[in-house]
Amino acid sequence: MENQNTYNYKVVRQFAVMTVVWGIVGMLVGVIIAAQLVWPALNFDVPWLTYSRLRPLHTNAVIFAFGGSALFATSYYAVQRTCQVRLFSDKLAAFTFWGWTVVILLAAITLPLGLTSGKEYAELEWPIDLLIAVVWVSYAVVFFGTILKRKVKHIYVANWFFGAFILTVAVLHIVNSAALPVSLFKSYSVYPGTIDAMVQWWYGHNAVGFFLTAGFLGIMYYFIPKQVGRPIYSYRLSVVHFWALISTYMWAGPHHLQFTALPDWTQSLGMVFSLVLLAPSWGGMINGIMTLSGAWHKLRSDPILKFLIVSLSFYGMSTFEGPMMSIKTVNALSHYTDWTIGHVHSGALGWVGLVSIGAIYFLIPKVFNREAMYSTKLIETHFWVATIGIVLYIVAMWIAGVMQGLMWRAVNDDGTLTYSFVESLQATYPYYVVRLLGGLLYLSGMFIMAYNVWKTIAGSKPADARIPQTA
Amino acid sequence: MSSTLSWFITIVSLANIIGCYVLIKWSSKPLPGEAAQGQVTGHTWDEDLQEFNNPMPRWWLWLFYITMIFALIYAALYPAMGNFKGSLGWSQKQEYEQEISDAAKTYGPIFAAYSKQAIPDLAKNPKAVQAGQRLFLNYCSTCHGSDARGAAGFPNLRDSDWLYGGTPEAIKTSIMNGRNGIMPPMGAALGADGVKTVVAYVLSLSRAGQDAAVVEQGKLKFQTLCAACHQPDGKGSHAIGAPNLTDDVWLHGRSPGAITQTVTQGRTGVMPAHGEFLGEDKVHLLAAYVYSLSNK
Repeated sequence: MENQNTYNYKVVRQFAVMTVVWGIVGMLVGVIIAAQLVWPALNFDVPWLTYSRLRPLHTNAVIFAFGGSALFATSYYAVQRTCQVRLFSDKLAAFTFWGWTVVILLAAITLPLGLTSGKEYAELEWPIDLLIAVVWVSYAVVFFGTILKRKVKHIYVANWFFGAFILTVAVLHIVNSAALPVSLFKSYSVYPGTIDAMVQWWYGHNAVGFFLTAGFLGIMYYFIPKQVGRPIYSYRLSVVHFWALISTYMWAGPHHLQFTALPDWTQSLGMVFSLVLLAPSWGGMINGIMTLSGAWHKLRSDPILKFLIVSLSFYGMSTFEGPMMSIKTVNALSHYTDWTIGHVHSGALGWVGLVSIGAIYFLIPKVFNREAMYSTKLIETHFWVATIGIVLYIVAMWIAGVMQGLMWRAVNDDGTLTYSFVESLQATYPYYVVRLLGGLLYLSGMFIMAYNVWKTIAGSKPADARIPQTA
Repeated sequence: MSSTLSWFITIVSLANIIGCYVLIKWSSKPLPGEAAQGQVTGHTWDEDLQEFNNPMPRWWLWLFYITMIFALIYAALYPAMGNFKGSLGWSQKQEYEQEISDAAKTYGPIFAAYSKQAIPDLAKNPKAVQAGQRLFLNYCSTCHGSDARGAAGFPNLRDSDWLYGGTPEAIKTSIMNGRNGIMPPMGAALGADGVKTVVAYVLSLSRAGQDAAVVEQGKLKFQTLCAACHQPDGKGSHAIGAPNLTDDVWLHGRSPGAITQTVTQGRTGVMPAHGEFLGEDKVHLLAAYVYSLSNK
């Protein structure tokens, strides 16, 4: 059982399976609210089912429940194997799993009840925030404790990224969630007005930068070379893009608040650092994709590799799009439109989703003591269903967003607006239908995955792998 | 901000950009004893994870340099580094004010020309009505609806029923200065039974079929508590915006339940003032459009 000669796979199995479960839950809620935009009557006049309450449930579920579980599973797996030691503490690792599960369940109850602190991606009220902080610090102890007792001299690049992600998310969460409670379920931010907005988007953008980027780059750096069976393309590139990425991301938050009450200098700084961020972001994409050089043929036959590599092309696309959208002139058109939603989802569905799914397909047979996934064909099917879904989603939102931006700024000869808001909404309607279709496809892919995972693990006799004794 | 803070921001942000450059230069240098280019570095993790000692791609480095140079140039031209305003002297506030004043110069004369004509004349001029409708769709349709038929709590502007009067002057005043409609809650003063009888009386003014005895009781209460605003005949008063109760037009719903709620809990209605925001010329044209809706 639990012994220092084996890796702790139990917690990896738990998080890996929950990645699939929470993926289905979170994306299902996403599909429901996408349908509500097409048919508003779908909230059935029930307060708990209104768009305003389900939307934060969707974002929290996909980012923190689905994405979070994927990160826990992959980082626990990778850190043990690249350090050649068992996790620092089995008990604390188990606590992070059950603690995180409680956080997710509390979110699933409180958000539909309308209990919210009103901060995007940080909606949960203060008692849950405290629990998150405790779980996260435990995660940090387990992760860094494992690094400290490693049997390998050098720290593998994936662990730099996982480490940066864990440390920074702790800081972001604690600073942004600072609030004065007035009751068990209500608190007010300690920051006033514009400062509160700036702290919120410093948090919000770095949640993208560290939770959804650095963490998943950690996944990329372990699972791509493993699946390809070739060395990482460039050690030098990984050093430079790591430090450049984590330092410049910190400044980019103000681009969420262009043309607001934020001081001019803060807005400009947010914009220029977002542009400087382009190259460091692409560094990760290049290093991942070029790892495949000399083995391109594997892409044809290996659907897991397809997931991993295509995720990087979506990553490259969204990290190009992001800096462009931060340019004030572009932002004047794109801000508040569905273009932003499209941008977020090309990152979320394309990058975060696909790389997690690929990594989980890699992990499941390993930690459940199977040769391979039950069906490679179904992985292939999942890949195509998901990819077509993403393309439909983001193309619909691009067209809708640019159209909205143009309609909102169109003026008549006498200076009056050509279109009222509701006319732009009406014009968006067909694109909302296409988006719903894209989301449905992506969700169906998750059901295919669930079936495949179920068939793989049913009746399996999982065991913790032995740690090789030669370093 | 204080000059210390300003310097702090300037130094840290510049250091971050320059630091990226230094990092590239420092990392590009070959280390003594390192593996040859294109070979693995010699470290292995988890049985088979290795890294090639390849240089950073040149095109990628150029992309990085270009963004850094752009950042520095932009920061020299525009406000980005603490208190330094940038050499172009640009500010968001100034750009906004410039655009507003440009718009006033371009579009102002169009509305100034209309404002010289009387509202009833403009209401018969199709071009003026169309221009007025465009203003209405921009500024009024959110509450009054794009067809101007209103909604619960928001008056229908197409009927000939007016809370504050339908003369050109009254309409213009309503838009310029706004209106505050207050129906005080009468539940406490009337008591539950009193409310019931008053509602029956009010209903009897526009609908048949009320119990005559109850209506009679309600009438007495109405005369003492309601007639001051709604007038003894229930026809209301434009001067104070008290609705006419005899015409079967109901701002807050015509069902007995809705009327009971109105009497018991009162109602508040706010028409915001638009004079300062739109200027008198545009309000004049808007008034003409609204006037045209009920004066064909």
